[in-house]
Amino acid sequence: MLAFIVRRIIQAVVVMMVISLVGFSIKDQIGDPVRDLVGERVTPAERAEIAEKMGLNDPFFTQYFRFVKNAVTKGDLGRSFLYNKPNLEVIIHHAPATIELVFGTALIIIFISLPLGVYCALRPRTLLSRFTMSFSTLGVSMPVYLTAILLIFLFAIHWQVLPSYGRGETIDLFGLGWWSTGMLTVDGIRHLILPCVSLSTLMLPLFIRLIRSEMMEVLETEYIKYAWAKGLSPARVWMVHAFKNTLLPVITVFGVQVGIMFAFTLLTELVFQWPGMGFMFLEAVHRADISLLIAYLVVVASLFVFVNTVVDILYGFINPTVRITGTK
Amino acid sequence: MKTKLEKFKESYFWYSFKRDNVAIFSFVTLTVFLLLALTAPWIAPMNPYDAANIDIMNSEIPPVWMDGGESDFLLGTDNQGRDMLSTMLYGLRTSIIIGLGAVALQGVIGVVVGLLAGYLGGKTDAILMRLADIQFSFPYLMVAIFMSAIFQVVFGLGSFERLAVPLLTIIIGLSNWPMFARTIRASVMGEKNKEYVEAARVIGLPRWTIMFRHILPNALTSVMVISTIQVANAVMSEAALSFLGLGMPVTKPSLGSLIRAGQEFFFSGSWWITVFPGLWLVIFVLVINLLGDWLRDVLNPKLYKG
Repeated sequence: MLAFIVRRIIQAVVVMMVISLVGFSIKDQIGDPVRDLVGERVTPAERAEIAEKMGLNDPFFTQYFRFVKNAVTKGDLGRSFLYNKPNLEVIIHHAPATIELVFGTALIIIFISLPLGVYCALRPRTLLSRFTMSFSTLGVSMPVYLTAILLIFLFAIHWQVLPSYGRGETIDLFGLGWWSTGMLTVDGIRHLILPCVSLSTLMLPLFIRLIRSEMMEVLETEYIKYAWAKGLSPARVWMVHAFKNTLLPVITVFGVQVGIMFAFTLLTELVFQWPGMGFMFLEAVHRADISLLIAYLVVVASLFVFVNTVVDILYGFINPTVRITGTK
Repeated sequence: MKTKLEKFKESYFWYSFKRDNVAIFSFVTLTVFLLLALTAPWIAPMNPYDAANIDIMNSEIPPVWMDGGESDFLLGTDNQGRDMLSTMLYGLRTSIIIGLGAVALQGVIGVVVGLLAGYLGGKTDAILMRLADIQFSFPYLMVAIFMSAIFQVVFGLGSFERLAVPLLTIIIGLSNWPMFARTIRASVMGEKNKEYVEAARVIGLPRWTIMFRHILPNALTSVMVISTIQVANAVMSEAALSFLGLGMPVTKPSLGSLIRAGQEFFFSGSWWITVFPGLWLVIFVLVINLLGDWLRDVLNPKLYKG
């Protein structure tokens, strides 16, 4: 087990090294750290002096190791000229908005897909089940941004019941200065509804189908037949015996899908002008803020690598066969 | 001897196709879409890429059945005065070219990697599959977004827009190959210990011949199933990238960039600029998905769950 954990962690470190190397070489080729620091109005002589002082004339690997060292020890990922702040600060400042979006979406998915999926498994031939199943095929083919645009049109413009852009009123959580939340004000929650609903349409069909098929599979097993034979009430067989065992694979997939959802937040954030990380990223692309772009790449990649590593290690504890595969 | 056609008519494949209305409907719709895309330059009322045809005075004309609609522009015009119908036909064409190209690239990489990993096994397998696992752990859309963002900054917006079609094909192709590699590897592992492979080995055929001529044809069923769904995914990715402004430029619009361009006019009343390309895209992806579902059920019921 220890060997497995060590191997997993080494792999994670290697992946991060590769990603940071790729990121850094892009930055080295086309980025302009002097501009990031002082803007464009300096003479060439001054530029050369600043570049020398920052060590930009050092060999590539010296600079790369300085970059990694600063990132690991001081959390310093360079400066954004767009915001004129350290990159990490900019990213952390935008993170809560995106996290809230994903959190809200996850809530919607859980509360809708669980009951619907279980219902479709228990009563596959009813009208509601058939409707849900055919609707879910349509849902898979519907791009998130199109759903979002249509929702804005209906709810914000046609009926004028919900706001169409921004986060609304937010309050500063814990007095930290950077963690502003919209989940504690009525206005903030009203702003969250449309983005979360449109983002959830992406994943809902998948989860309803997954829960349905897992549940149907479990209902066919021997121990469920045995539970019926014992004369247990339907509610007990369904909820206690079957449902519990449906959940394990669903939770696994949910973990993966939350990651994918982060990628799709870019689309919803663009439509709803949501001031989160995705919106910041797009702005950085359009304004060619390489430094911020690379910092975002490194932060997102390390988040994914971290989560994947932790999940894999947890899996190693739960399911010993995982430890064997990958050893060769 | 029966001809190939007779054999096909007796097959289970044709039998289940004939009995499935959804499959027939999807297949017909998809064929129509493909024909429209293929013949777009001849059947489209105008060429939306040619600035000489575009008159800004014609902008935002509603579809022909609404007040102010003109019979020259059946589905209305967009904000630059381009005929919606022609723009959609050309857009569909672009989306299909990128989608098919990307899946072909994914397929080639996936087949080579999957075959090598599955057949050679050992260290090659460990390294290649580790690589696939690592890329698989990042959402493919995220990978594609990062790649096009970086390409856009590296090439500058101007050259990126000129090279958009090949670049997007490469980006989407590279972002989603592990799916193919894994599937191929799994089928190769199943095939490689069968007797016909042993026989080929015994008569001393070279490895490459065994891999590509003997094993590959038998592993292709699973490729067929995933490639339909992958085409739908690739078209959706392209549309998403274009919608984010990281894909096709507005001057050579794909369906995604049309929706992007129409978005701001949608809310001020010109709904057709967004709704028509949107519907077009949804129907196209929907029929591919339906066809893919059907294909999966017929060819390989165990491949996917759900």
